Amino acid sequence: MASNTQTTDAAHGAAESAGMPQLDFSTFGNQIFWLVVTLVVIYFVLSKIALPRIEGILQARQTRITNYLTTAEEMKLKAVEAEAAYNQALADARTEANKIVAEARAEIQAEVDAAAAKADAEIAAKAAESEAAIAEIRAGAVDSVKAVAKDAAKEILGTLGHSADAKTVTAAVTARMKG
Amino acid sequence: MADQSANKGSGGIAKIAFFAVLAVVLVSGLIFAPEHAGLAIHPMDQFELTPLFGGEHVGTFTVTNQTLWMGLAIVGIILLLVVGTSGGKEVPTRSQSVAELAYGFVYKMVEDVAGKDAVKYFPGIMTLFMFIVFANFLGLIPMSFTPTSHIAVTAVLAMIVFVFVTVLGFVKNGAGFLGLFWVSSAPLPLRPILAVIELISYFVRPVSHSIRLAGNVMAGHAVIKVFAGFAAALGLFGFFPILAISAVYALEVLVAFIQAYVFTILTCVYLKDALHPSH
Repeated sequence: MASNTQTTDAAHGAAESAGMPQLDFSTFGNQIFWLVVTLVVIYFVLSKIALPRIEGILQARQTRITNYLTTAEEMKLKAVEAEAAYNQALADARTEANKIVAEARAEIQAEVDAAAAKADAEIAAKAAESEAAIAEIRAGAVDSVKAVAKDAAKEILGTLGHSADAKTVTAAVTARMKG
Repeated sequence: MADQSANKGSGGIAKIAFFAVLAVVLVSGLIFAPEHAGLAIHPMDQFELTPLFGGEHVGTFTVTNQTLWMGLAIVGIILLLVVGTSGGKEVPTRSQSVAELAYGFVYKMVEDVAGKDAVKYFPGIMTLFMFIVFANFLGLIPMSFTPTSHIAVTAVLAMIVFVFVTVLGFVKNGAGFLGLFWVSSAPLPLRPILAVIELISYFVRPVSHSIRLAGNVMAGHAVIKVFAGFAAALGLFGFFPILAISAVYALEVLVAFIQAYVFTILTCVYLKDALHPSH
């Protein structure tokens, strides 16, 4: 500041008489010349280097963002699709499982029915057999009782002093046994 | 409540005391200052063009302090917009981010104000904006020189815009450009009068365009210089003017940007008139 004031102090007298330095027309040519040079330089730096570069950067960023957004949109669609596929698969699996369960049940039921029928048949056969045996046994028993009864009746009659022919005794026993 | 009123009261007293001291200081400054370097306030000295490499005469091609600061503006612009963006990164660095902001700011202004078809004149408008912004802000460095405080500079800027816009208007629209002055929405008898007014206002454009910028910048710098002169003269009480300087300086920072913005947006408005002259 100090050096400046000293240097300008000398020139000050001239400046004061001239008033505002802005209105010193003798410097206008100089100012306009250097201003035009400055503007031309700035214009060329901007239009040839700076602005295309910044535009490129901004565009690259914009493109990238757009790409990301598109990708995100696609992925979202894919996710929705995947979810639908998953649900479909789940439903399919469920119906399949139900089908298998029903089939197995039917199969088992058939097996059970068959076994029951077989068992029933066997039981019926056995019962018939047993009945036959019982009937035989019973028939045998009746015959035995008849023979014993004839013998006993003959013995009793002998003991009492009566002699009876076999024919009569048999008829009597048979009649008694029927009665 | 009582506390509050007491506070208010003390605040009021403090305020009165502050102004009383300020008044005393100013008056004493005016009375006693002459022995301090004779109140050597020369607020306009800072605008003087001085040749950098000796000599008194400023010829057309002389390199002056103004040339230096215009050159520094170029250097600043290159540093910000070329060196700062050299990485070209997708995630910007600090300087690249500022460069992108400046680009987007002016680009959007041109697009919004002047229309989509004005985008091809964007480099020119960006040149104006960057030059004014850098000249203004570099001019805020103490001891620097502000090219935009000179009416010769701003007048050339304004005339470039004026001539370009006028020529462009006639090239694009032919005689239809004169429709700008013929207010077809006004009643017929009024139109000639309005045409005269419109014509005058059209030719006043470059004047107001240039004086607005140079005047704002010059006034702020001169005010700071005046207060600085007071600070030197007041000695111990110099902190009052220094406070004022701080306040004015803050305002000047604002003005430096706003004036560049105003100049640029007016350029866009004029460009819009040239491209679409209908009212």
